[in-house]
Amino acid sequence: MRALTWHGKHDVRMETVPDPEIVNPRDAIIKVTATAICGSDLHLYDSYIPTLHRGDILGHEFMGEVVDTGPGSTLTKGQRVVVPFVIACGKCFFCERQQYSACDNSNPAEKADMSEILYGYPMTGAFGYSHLTGGYAGGQAEYVRVPYSDVGPIVIPDGLEDEKVLFLSDILPTGWMAAENCEIEPGDTVAVWGCGPVGLFAIQSCFLMGAHRVIAIDHYPHRLELARSMGAEVMNFHDVKVREALVEMTGGIGPDACIDAVGMESHGFTLDNAVDMAKTTTKLGTDRTHALREVIMACRKGGRVSIPGVYGGMADKFPIGALMEKGLSVKTGQTHVQKYLRPLLEMIGEGKIDTTFLISHRLPLEDAPRGYKMFKEQQNEVTKVVLKPH
Amino acid sequence: MSQDKIERAAESDAPLHTAVHQRDISHDLAETAEWNHAALVGRTVTINRSRAEVYAFFRDFRNFPAFMENVERVDVGDNRRSHWVVKAPAGQTVEWDSEITEDQPGSLIIWRSVEGADIRNTGRVEFRDAAPGRGTEVEAIILYEPPAGDLGKLFAKVFQKEPKIQVRRDLRRFKQLMETGEVSTARAPDAAPRG
Repeated sequence: MRALTWHGKHDVRMETVPDPEIVNPRDAIIKVTATAICGSDLHLYDSYIPTLHRGDILGHEFMGEVVDTGPGSTLTKGQRVVVPFVIACGKCFFCERQQYSACDNSNPAEKADMSEILYGYPMTGAFGYSHLTGGYAGGQAEYVRVPYSDVGPIVIPDGLEDEKVLFLSDILPTGWMAAENCEIEPGDTVAVWGCGPVGLFAIQSCFLMGAHRVIAIDHYPHRLELARSMGAEVMNFHDVKVREALVEMTGGIGPDACIDAVGMESHGFTLDNAVDMAKTTTKLGTDRTHALREVIMACRKGGRVSIPGVYGGMADKFPIGALMEKGLSVKTGQTHVQKYLRPLLEMIGEGKIDTTFLISHRLPLEDAPRGYKMFKEQQNEVTKVVLKPH
Repeated sequence: MSQDKIERAAESDAPLHTAVHQRDISHDLAETAEWNHAALVGRTVTINRSRAEVYAFFRDFRNFPAFMENVERVDVGDNRRSHWVVKAPAGQTVEWDSEITEDQPGSLIIWRSVEGADIRNTGRVEFRDAAPGRGTEVEAIILYEPPAGDLGKLFAKVFQKEPKIQVRRDLRRFKQLMETGEVSTARAPDAAPRG
């Protein structure tokens, strides 16, 4: 089959590789019909995530048609499914509590050591996202093996086209959980840092959850326009002092909840850095947490901080004083995708959530390397690239 | 001095293999076992299955190759004796006999290598109820005599990594198998194939 493979910094290639096969009883093989390039794929593209191997197949946002199943799969051939980027066993302590992105079993035993060293406990497995999360082959390919296929994939009813449901795999539930973590109450103002796909879906979700106002912060004019089109008030941090503006716009009280949909951005982390940090407390890029620091400073007293943005290592000069003295509560984590699939699919079907506005480019899979380059270099115009392998 | 450190560690409610002064403890354990050296490895996992199920699967040592990376096979003689065949480099194997010295169904299994083993070792696996509704806690403690000389080199190759890592990974696989019915893997051809 054809697949997008990683070979080094800014070096991804289309290659012919062997087809995946059923290995475990609960596996399924999916023929990919649509897959997207995620903002977090750019961290891989930029070589900021450690433990990628040359030849690894990338991609964790994908959907397609079931073409083969193991005896323990509940899927049947011909079904259309969207596959969550988080691989979850459905049986462990965490999965039972719907904390799917904390699954204890999906990261292969020999790969789980790395995250146990980094974070104290082994992290879950995920598709196409380095060997820290298991080294599973990703979905930017013609076919992909899906472990625990009786737990993750959601079957899509006929009549809902791919582009409407593809983002159930990651960014839509991620934006939704970011808003849920804000514990929105009537009258609340939510401020959202970062108007990438997750930020934009978070804005949409905040309104659906009853937010009175949403204020969006970014520096790309096109992305701010998209935020505005969804009903958010917007500010460009190149032009405005963000914290002062937020204080003024909320009558001196401040936003009730704040979302950091920026994360480590393009600064990334390395295993070496993270381990070194633990040992030496050296200064690790103080501006990497710029957005998060601003979030904590801007949030009102007793407010809620939600962090869907991805961080990997250690933060320097973290405003722990503001966090404590103001009595903020913080919720964060990789998305428990499986938990949100059904309600979100329903809302898409009812037309309450629009996802297609995000897609700026559609390319055949063969053009994936060009897609990465565009997404990397033209962030204002390129909001989302969808690849079509079949 | 050494005794003092061990006594203080024992005053904690924490398991001995988490004590700070492992060298002193190993020394003490070697003396007790009448070995030249001793190394202690311990690890606990919670498995979301009943104590009876987890015990029963583990008690049948023939199941070990399903989750222990280096164990090629375990032949079970009578109810207490077993013969272990462990993979070594270049198609070789290391073998030894073990006997179960204590067996409390549903709660405890202790075994030790019998006289003449290349690598003297003893294992203790305890099965405890976790908090209500949370399955079974499995605590594995392995004490072994790290071999010296050529055997030591072979031993290092067999286990590739330190036994502590091996035990950790084997217990993760045991948990996966008990909870999900399979061992998670991303190996080729299911993973990204690379030449």
